[in-house]
Amino acid sequence: MEEDVRPEVQVMERYGYERSYLISILHEVQKEYQYLPEQALRNVAAGMGISLVDIYGVATFFKAFSLKPKGKHSIVLCMGTACHVRNSRGLLEEARRFLGIEPGDTTDDLLFSLDTVNCLGACALGPIAVIDGEYHGQMTPAKMERLLKKLAKEEGVRK
Amino acid sequence: MVNLIIDGQHVQAEEGWTILETARYYGIDTIPTLCYREGLTTDSSCRLCVVEIISRGRSRLSASCSYPVQEGIEVRTNSRRVRQARKIIIELLLASCPNSKTLQCLASQYGIKELRFKVEDRGCILCGLCVRMCKEQMQAGAIGFFNRGVDRRVAMPFHVRSDVCRECGACLYICPVCELQCRGPREPGDLCNGCFEAIRIDPFPSRD
Repeated sequence: MEEDVRPEVQVMERYGYERSYLISILHEVQKEYQYLPEQALRNVAAGMGISLVDIYGVATFFKAFSLKPKGKHSIVLCMGTACHVRNSRGLLEEARRFLGIEPGDTTDDLLFSLDTVNCLGACALGPIAVIDGEYHGQMTPAKMERLLKKLAKEEGVRK
Repeated sequence: MVNLIIDGQHVQAEEGWTILETARYYGIDTIPTLCYREGLTTDSSCRLCVVEIISRGRSRLSASCSYPVQEGIEVRTNSRRVRQARKIIIELLLASCPNSKTLQCLASQYGIKELRFKVEDRGCILCGLCVRMCKEQMQAGAIGFFNRGVDRRVAMPFHVRSDVCRECGACLYICPVCELQCRGPREPGDLCNGCFEAIRIDPFPSRD
């Protein structure tokens, strides 16, 4: 028998189709695709014997899961209280203007995703922007623009 | 057998019964319900069946549809405190579904004269009856809850018609809000209170 090469099938195989591992399985599937494609979720539902509503419910409940394709670079802005009083709004405005997208969206060329979170737990560094997993503290809109410009230049796009 | 008091009446219930079941068994019908339906699992999401439970000298409010009977407790199904709590619940539910006849009638029954909350018609009170109906009685599981918090919605996965939906219509049948609108004459967002006016007996009717 030929081995099924679909990533979600291999992930389920690894977890032994155990229902209680659903969240871990979805996490790994997301790692493979950068998001949760509809077909992958359907395959997981069929493979695990869980109805699609339940899986879709879990996938939409947690903010860690995304049903929309994510960009190559992730830009996460902290909107927590401490960051808010130090002008995280301004950072968001700048990122919005620069990328031309709303929080939660991805640019059409699939290069940038913009997201907001409510607190990163590093309030002393506020306002914080996390760009590709790297924390940038004490951000200003000007610094934000510089960092985004640098990234855009690396990707060879004009913004 | 468990002995308890409901509205001053000494009653006996089987182990494992809920307060609501016991009350209904003894014909006490002062507990309104919305998200509870026989034959479906209890969700306790509407909180309308709230009752006052007095045990060991302390009184507290709890949803009777999921509260198992306990030896020696006293339950008040229609005390002032309970009615007050229910009024607020009905008001909140009405603020999100002002066109529901079921809710308008409840408001009349409880004498609610005004809505103090901002009215925002969402067309759904998230009671989950349709979800449970679809899954448990129709064995389909075509609709479910998605998202979280204020974005919570009832929908089909990926917002396309589900393969398992047979269009039986049970979800529409059981829904307490997507039914015929209340016919009382009123402005949008108003309370009709038609029934409230109709059932009120004025001891000194005026002659003009």
